[in-house]
Amino acid sequence: MASSSGLFNSSIGRKVAMALSALFLLIFLVQHLTINFTSVFSEETFNALSHFMGTNPLVQFVLQPILMFGVAFHFIMGFILTAKNRAARPVKYAQFKGSANSSWMSRNMIWSGLFILFFLGFHFYDFWIPEMNYKYIEQNAPVDDRYYEEVVHMFKNPIRVIVYVLAFVFLALHLLHGFQSSFQSIGARHPKYTPFIEKFGKAYSILIPLGFIYIALHHYINQL
Amino acid sequence: MSALDSKIPEGPLEKKWQNHKSNIKLVNPANKRLIDVIVIGTGLAGSAAAASMAEMGYNVKAFCFQDSPRRAHSIAAQGGINAAKNYQNDGDSVYRLFYDTIKGGDYRSREANVYRLAEVSANIIDQAVAQGVPFARDYGGQLDNRSFGGVQVSRTFYAKGQTGQQLLLGAYSALSRQISKGKVKMYNRHEMMDVVVVDGKARGIIAKNLVTGEIERHGAHAVLLCSGGYGNVFFLSTNAMGSNGSAAWRAHKKGAYMANPCYTQIHPTCIPVSGEHQSKLTLMSESLRNDGRIWVPKNRKDAEAIREGKKKPTDLKEEERDYYLERRYPSFGNLVPRDVASRAAKERCDEGFGVNATGQAVYLDFSAAIMRYGKTEANVQGIDNPSDAQIRELGTKVVEAKYGNLFEMYEKIVDDNPYQTPMMIFPAVHYTMGGIWVDYNLMTTVPGLYALGEANFSDHGANRLGASALMQGLADGYFVIPYTVGDYLANEIRTGSISTDTPEFEAAEREVQANIDKLLNNKGNHSVDHFHKRLGKIMWDKCGMARNAQGLQEAIKEIKALRAEFWDDVKVPGGKHEMNPELDKALRVADFLELGELMCKDALTREESAGGHFREEYQTEEGEALRRDEDFAFVSAWEYKGEPSEAVLHKEELMFENVELKTRSYK
Amino acid sequence: MMNLTLKIWRQASSNAQGKMVDYKVSDIDGDMSFLEMIDILNEQLIAKGEDPVTFDHDCREGICGACSMHINGEPHGPEGATTTCQLHMRKFKDGDTITIEPWRAKAFPVIKDLMVDRAAFDRIIQAGGYVSTNTSGNTLDANAIPVEKKNADMAFNAATCIGCGACVAACKNASAMLFVSAKVAQLSLLPQGQVEAKDRVRNMVNQMDLEGFGHCTNTGACSAECPKEISLDNIARMNREYLSASITAED
Repeated sequence: MASSSGLFNSSIGRKVAMALSALFLLIFLVQHLTINFTSVFSEETFNALSHFMGTNPLVQFVLQPILMFGVAFHFIMGFILTAKNRAARPVKYAQFKGSANSSWMSRNMIWSGLFILFFLGFHFYDFWIPEMNYKYIEQNAPVDDRYYEEVVHMFKNPIRVIVYVLAFVFLALHLLHGFQSSFQSIGARHPKYTPFIEKFGKAYSILIPLGFIYIALHHYINQL
Repeated sequence: MSALDSKIPEGPLEKKWQNHKSNIKLVNPANKRLIDVIVIGTGLAGSAAAASMAEMGYNVKAFCFQDSPRRAHSIAAQGGINAAKNYQNDGDSVYRLFYDTIKGGDYRSREANVYRLAEVSANIIDQAVAQGVPFARDYGGQLDNRSFGGVQVSRTFYAKGQTGQQLLLGAYSALSRQISKGKVKMYNRHEMMDVVVVDGKARGIIAKNLVTGEIERHGAHAVLLCSGGYGNVFFLSTNAMGSNGSAAWRAHKKGAYMANPCYTQIHPTCIPVSGEHQSKLTLMSESLRNDGRIWVPKNRKDAEAIREGKKKPTDLKEEERDYYLERRYPSFGNLVPRDVASRAAKERCDEGFGVNATGQAVYLDFSAAIMRYGKTEANVQGIDNPSDAQIRELGTKVVEAKYGNLFEMYEKIVDDNPYQTPMMIFPAVHYTMGGIWVDYNLMTTVPGLYALGEANFSDHGANRLGASALMQGLADGYFVIPYTVGDYLANEIRTGSISTDTPEFEAAEREVQANIDKLLNNKGNHSVDHFHKRLGKIMWDKCGMARNAQGLQEAIKEIKALRAEFWDDVKVPGGKHEMNPELDKALRVADFLELGELMCKDALTREESAGGHFREEYQTEEGEALRRDEDFAFVSAWEYKGEPSEAVLHKEELMFENVELKTRSYK
Repeated sequence: MMNLTLKIWRQASSNAQGKMVDYKVSDIDGDMSFLEMIDILNEQLIAKGEDPVTFDHDCREGICGACSMHINGEPHGPEGATTTCQLHMRKFKDGDTITIEPWRAKAFPVIKDLMVDRAAFDRIIQAGGYVSTNTSGNTLDANAIPVEKKNADMAFNAATCIGCGACVAACKNASAMLFVSAKVAQLSLLPQGQVEAKDRVRNMVNQMDLEGFGHCTNTGACSAECPKEISLDNIARMNREYLSASITAED
């Protein structure tokens, strides 16, 4: 008899955990994009929102750690799954024609994920580490209108913009499979609702990354 | 008269089984644990028997040559399973199912066995449903039925065209449950090489582990042969490639009589042979004959033109076609029984009217049905004055809904669209009614050795009705053997476990090893298939759909010569301590080369035409089968005496106390 | 008539080193099945005194599930909804090179050449792929419990699985989710199977994991390559059932 403590040691349990962390990150992306997007049309709103997010204790000390955990979990679980999945086929095929039966995105989640991880490192180096340093190590006094300037400045460098755009292309690819896949993993599939989930997922997977790309290009072009 | 005691219980027909069950010896639960049973084969009969016996408490060892018990060839049965449930309220009853089966078998089966089969048929459906077999259902959630050839009621339960698969997976699941409990020890990829008889009783088997080549001994208190039929003696048949007669034949050589080996069912609607490379034949369900019309060209010239590819069937006008079944059998038309339809096709092709490049095919045409359904559909949809094209389109949809999967399969194999061009079909070997002789308890002439399902001869007489094979396999396995085996095993509770360290096991193993060594060391010039194909041709030409004395005598000589040539000239590559499918095939073909001869001998002895056995000398003026009840209402049971030709015939007279023997007529 | 080059995986036994070996076959007729083409190669090899290619096959009509060749990178070859035995040579062209490999999965070790051991599937069924009912003449009448036609049809569609293992072979992770879910779904859709549904799904998934199959990435390759077109709906159903069974389980 299997025991319930086995849930997250089981293949399905691990996939459910993967899906739940993914669904959480999907919500985070919407929030992140919404705030960033205000930088396109209103410097004050962006500064105000950023200041709120950067200083509110609930956001800083509850939501931020949860987010960090979610991101870390999703990546680590991704590596574990990949390692286990590779072990399930120790001898490779001489010829394997995945394109005949599945999408490129679905077969390469680990690669799109890895590129996103690489970008995240870059992103942390750019924004998060200086921010943490500014606030908690150097203990600078809060300045509530510095955010917009900092962000816009970042997008002056074309290399950074290219990496940023590429990362979001990979995110789109990752989401194009991942969105609907996470619903399948938790068993949410229904003849009436699944077609909607799939369409919505496609729209989400394209529009959200496109939004981030737009922001980057917007600020870059405005500074030319 | 002879050694044959069929052990039919006393009493009126409908009470025999009840009485027998009440009086049969039982083995108490504690003693069942002391008894080992071997089951050979995991088709419907084998899986059902192994699971049931294990549930009862016996220690079961089950063997199959496939990589999993789920692959046994019962899986390929398409149409359905009969049961006297009378859910359709169309007057069905146990007696009617019994009567139809006796009549369909051309009055060559044993009344008491057939009645029991009909009696337990209803339980099979209950059992299968309880196991989760997904039979077809109607919108009210109740089980659906269809009707099948040769009967006037709807008693066939089905799961689309995969009834055999679903029933086998049901039995396999029951078997799997017992394997998980440790009550059945399953031996996949193992083939039975011999039965071991000690002091006149079956005491175990010699088996070959097909992966390692190792020869193993297994002892048991009873051995159940559920190894299927021997249709592959013809090389080409609808049987699976691995289906073989070896378990039955080796049991025969150890004393089990072989009954009615000449009764072979040739199924009329199979996809024709396309060339020399052909390895097996594919059946198209009998249900197609409900809507398809069978024809050949009326003029030989047209047939020749079609064979040469100069004409297409659709070029022939209505009056240039010969719907020969409708012509010869106006009242049954295209729905005559299998044996009649097959012979009629052969007759036309022999006369030079056959189509296909080989001349060995007839048409099964759906254009009339398409137009008929199309018109009805147009009416239903309220289309006024529909054009022919419209009607055809509507009708095609109806036919597609009914037979879509079969048409697809046909198109895949033949590469021709059967909605537009008529299908080509030809008869092919499908089922063997003959088999090991068994008594009412399903025990063979060797005490402790039983035969179930297609491996025995008991229920189908000279011709099997559609949807009855599944019924018999499961009836034998689930509901008959669990009772009847007790009668014998009750006397075995003090025997103790069977030692395999005896001279009998030793001798049997040595003989198996010797055969293997001989084949491997032969270093001849021709492959196993070379001989198998030649045997198949002899059998098909001379012991196939029509037989005559001269042909059969020739066949016996030819098979004998071929057998000698085989042992002299066969080439088997590889070694014995490894997976060696060519060696396994050679061992099977060696047995076919003996069995084939006995089939011919049996056919020669049976000087009448009955069901699947048609002797050209015994036919009516219209060319119909002529049964000779006064001389041949018996079962031929052959005793092995060293060579097939020396086999001794024992007769079990068939008593018909409840049905009147009549000539089947489909005019 | 075609002339073809075959690249076939040859491996003498489970422990032996294997390699791809090239063969030529000629005069191949389009009406031949793929396995009949291999038969011809084997006849050639026997004539030359070489070891013929070992492969699983039995019914050759697409229902037993024995045949299992990975052809040109796809299980059962390029044609959809088809087993190897029902694949015909007319799908290939004169001069083609065809790569033929066994199913590749840790849980399906090679026995010889193209033949693998799929006993893992049997063990998964043994872990719970049944309804615990004994044989007796006294079960309920078959019509005593009506089954909604929609559920009966879905159960049937799931039950058409032939256990060939193409789903595992096609999956980049060698996952057996389609096979396992087809049996779980079949039995959970029928009232007879519901009594044990919770234990069944947990035990079968547990056994599946023990066998060393990979996880499901929901690529859909399994269903796309399945000769019986078993639906991904079954996998979602199994995920759902597994989750609820694990959460509500008392042990």
